[in-house]
Amino acid sequence: MTDFGNATADLRKRLWEAVLDGDAYHATDVLHQGLDAGLERETLLLGVIGKVQEKVGREWAANRITVAQEHAATAVNERALTTLVPPAPAPPSAGPNRSRGRGRVAVACVEGEWHAFPARLVAEVLQLRGWQVDYLGPQIPGPHLIAHLHHTQADVALLSTSLPTRLPAAHAMIAACQAVGVPVMVGGRGFGVDGRHAGAVGADRWAPDARAAAAALEAGIAAPGPRAARQVVDDLPHLADQEYTMVVKSRSQLIERTLAGLEEHVPAVRHYTDTQRERTAEDYAHIVDFLATALYVDDAGLFTDFLAWTADVLDARSVSARCLVPGLHLLGRQLQDFPRATILLRHGAAAVAARPDSDPEDSP
Amino acid sequence: MISPQGRPGGSSGAGVSVGSTWSDAPCPVLVVDRDGGIVEVNDAARALLPRAADAGRLPEGLPDWLADAHRRMAGGRDAAHADPLSGAIGDRLFDAHPTPSSDGDVVWWLIDDTDRRLAEETLRSEQERAAILSEVSSTLLSSLSLSHCMESTARLAAHHLADAAVLIAPAQGLSHPVTSALADGPVTLTTRAVDPATVPGLAEALQGFPPVPTRWIDPGAVPSWAIPEGFKGPVGSVIVTPLPGHGIPDGALILLRSDAGPAFTESEDGFARLLAARAGAALSAARLYDDQARITAVLMRELLPPALGGVHGVEYAGRYRPFQDSERIGGDFYDVHPGADPSQESLVVLGDVAGKGLDAAVLTGRIRNTLHALLPLAHDHAYVLNLLNAALLRSPEARFATLVLASARRRGNRVRLRLTSAGHPPPLVLRADGRVEETRTRGDLVGVMPTVSVRTEETVLAPGETCLLYTDGITEARGGPLGGELYGLERLERDLAGCAGMPAEAVVERVHMLAAQWLGQGRHDDMAVVAISAPRTGPLAVISGYADPHNARKRQGRNS
Repeated sequence: MTDFGNATADLRKRLWEAVLDGDAYHATDVLHQGLDAGLERETLLLGVIGKVQEKVGREWAANRITVAQEHAATAVNERALTTLVPPAPAPPSAGPNRSRGRGRVAVACVEGEWHAFPARLVAEVLQLRGWQVDYLGPQIPGPHLIAHLHHTQADVALLSTSLPTRLPAAHAMIAACQAVGVPVMVGGRGFGVDGRHAGAVGADRWAPDARAAAAALEAGIAAPGPRAARQVVDDLPHLADQEYTMVVKSRSQLIERTLAGLEEHVPAVRHYTDTQRERTAEDYAHIVDFLATALYVDDAGLFTDFLAWTADVLDARSVSARCLVPGLHLLGRQLQDFPRATILLRHGAAAVAARPDSDPEDSP
Repeated sequence: MISPQGRPGGSSGAGVSVGSTWSDAPCPVLVVDRDGGIVEVNDAARALLPRAADAGRLPEGLPDWLADAHRRMAGGRDAAHADPLSGAIGDRLFDAHPTPSSDGDVVWWLIDDTDRRLAEETLRSEQERAAILSEVSSTLLSSLSLSHCMESTARLAAHHLADAAVLIAPAQGLSHPVTSALADGPVTLTTRAVDPATVPGLAEALQGFPPVPTRWIDPGAVPSWAIPEGFKGPVGSVIVTPLPGHGIPDGALILLRSDAGPAFTESEDGFARLLAARAGAALSAARLYDDQARITAVLMRELLPPALGGVHGVEYAGRYRPFQDSERIGGDFYDVHPGADPSQESLVVLGDVAGKGLDAAVLTGRIRNTLHALLPLAHDHAYVLNLLNAALLRSPEARFATLVLASARRRGNRVRLRLTSAGHPPPLVLRADGRVEETRTRGDLVGVMPTVSVRTEETVLAPGETCLLYTDGITEARGGPLGGELYGLERLERDLAGCAGMPAEAVVERVHMLAAQWLGQGRHDDMAVVAISAPRTGPLAVISGYADPHNARKRQGRNS
């Protein structure tokens, strides 16, 4: 056990070097040495490839690697991963062929989610465990997923998202799957580290990781009944207050007015270049998106967690997170007629203002 | 005291005050004393219970439930009976309301409740049937999978109506798909050669003749193949009903009950037909969808963008997003035609046909086929484009297209490229140091003018450098944080510069992602990108896909 533990630690280190170097050839070599050393494929997938991918995300957030490096590393890691798992046998066409082993599942990302890696890992692990897996990847439009489910009669649909802002889209996709009689298991950080948003958006199950997903599938997930066809507002009655709808519909306007307000109140913003102004607009676009999502699932923590994360990212780039406070106040002023949004923005601004100012010594 | 008007009153004796009003009461009334002696009966009671009236003493001529109730009442138990007592007298149902008095006499008011009960019973059964039909409809509506619909129909029919249900679908060749279900038991799907003539009424049902009434079917004549495994006891009664489809029957449903339980009634026979009609409609829709989906899948196969990878030491990657998210294909296309060997050029094509959707996709198919046929001439881009132009001009549809041809060949660790644009945005080249160059190839679009004139440009990619081919769906994406703004060439070049050193796969993914995120929820045109890269490291043999020869054996046993 310890030998294997040491072996995986060593492989992780070497794989990390290979993916950072953008060297798919070397990365593949590292993994196959792991196989030759007697490590299980699942261990390599989860204990080596998965861990290295987590590190890629952490290192980016900490500004220790660039976006380009992050993408290159992910591409290399994914390429290496595909060489590790035998390709799936050609799926039998739909039909009364029920006499298959474990059953058939579809793995996809929520619409608009680009981080396909976690879903990919889950798909490969399930395939190793004998499930017939259709990996549909990122960017699959909802109608395609439903057509696929009709066609293949999947037993369960697995949806992944790392972005909380995809929760409304996830909700629509989950309801659509259930309406055609297919239960849905969800995973990924977008549903909260403890999966607390999975229930709000109607998922049948939430799994923290690939092994838990496999265990839940093995235990069986009952198909939803005919009552599963429903309106999303039936799951989340607070949506009737229209706050979410209004924030989403006036998104561009909110951002534009916030920028204009910043130019008025914060002298430095007046001297921004076009690119800087666009980046600032993108930052506020994110803030508005997270605000809308927090209103959607009615969870204040979702918004404050995002602000804390943003503040960390800014700190890592030696930018004081307090620059967010005036913008949050400007948004709050525009949304003063919306009680839930007002409370979220007030708490958010207070949380950011209360952060200790970043110490330049800590920044890399 | 009980008044002559018959209203329940105080606590004094009853019998004495009974006057002529009693006899006129519309409901049967009996006055019975403590010992069971009948003190008084009115006309209605005499008509209902003539023997009791004549005998003058309980329990003679009274139904047991009423006699028992009086004994309890007279014994002082159940003195304040909250719920009315009820039971049958003859073939009708009565509520009995006792009014006790202190001397032990009890006045029994009998209210005929038969019609209300019947109405309630009918209402309940109708409500149950409506609920069953609604469950059947919503369950079947939710699925467009034929086998799933057959499974659900058999399961629900067995659960709600019978001890077992067997669904016989129309023959496929010589055999019929047969789905059988036990009530609350397993559902099995098999395909077997069966002779419909062996089940009474089945051949008729499959041919769409009116169903044979259940009472005409001899349960003993049902052959063993039509009785699901695990069915308890001999068959007691049978319903065979067609599943009406779109003009032709979509199979037939056989419902079985064991002889241990009640036989099917006429009314249940009718209800089974109603259920079969709902199921038949759903099955036909599923069958239609199944057929259409299969046809579409076959026709679509040729039009889908190909999977790209490494060819002869050059890396290719492509991404495509059609204009409508419900479609898989559209007016943008790309192909990589590998050279015969590493010394030969591979031809990359990326293009954009005027128009969107299926019509445009069909034309992309024709252009791709034409170009495939012209591959032997690919050393001369201008000649290929002119031949394609002539072919398009001859075609009945007045459509035009823009495209880029790129011929790539690896030399040492570099990749030589010949690029020709025919009315298309010129490709971008991402250098190792992050510079982005716009290539200078220019030319006419195809399908408009009698001849096409183009200028080909040559360039060389050093290891890690990438040439990006894209359609204007990328640069013309409208959106951004403020909405309605063009993504534009400038942003594309800036974002591409950030991709320096990435493998081809990561470049196309990032470009595609940034354009799509810029777009947000906005409407968009078809989008296609292809990256051609000189690999940064590694030997000529480019790794892609599963490459683990010593595990090839394990592969075969997997998932079988």
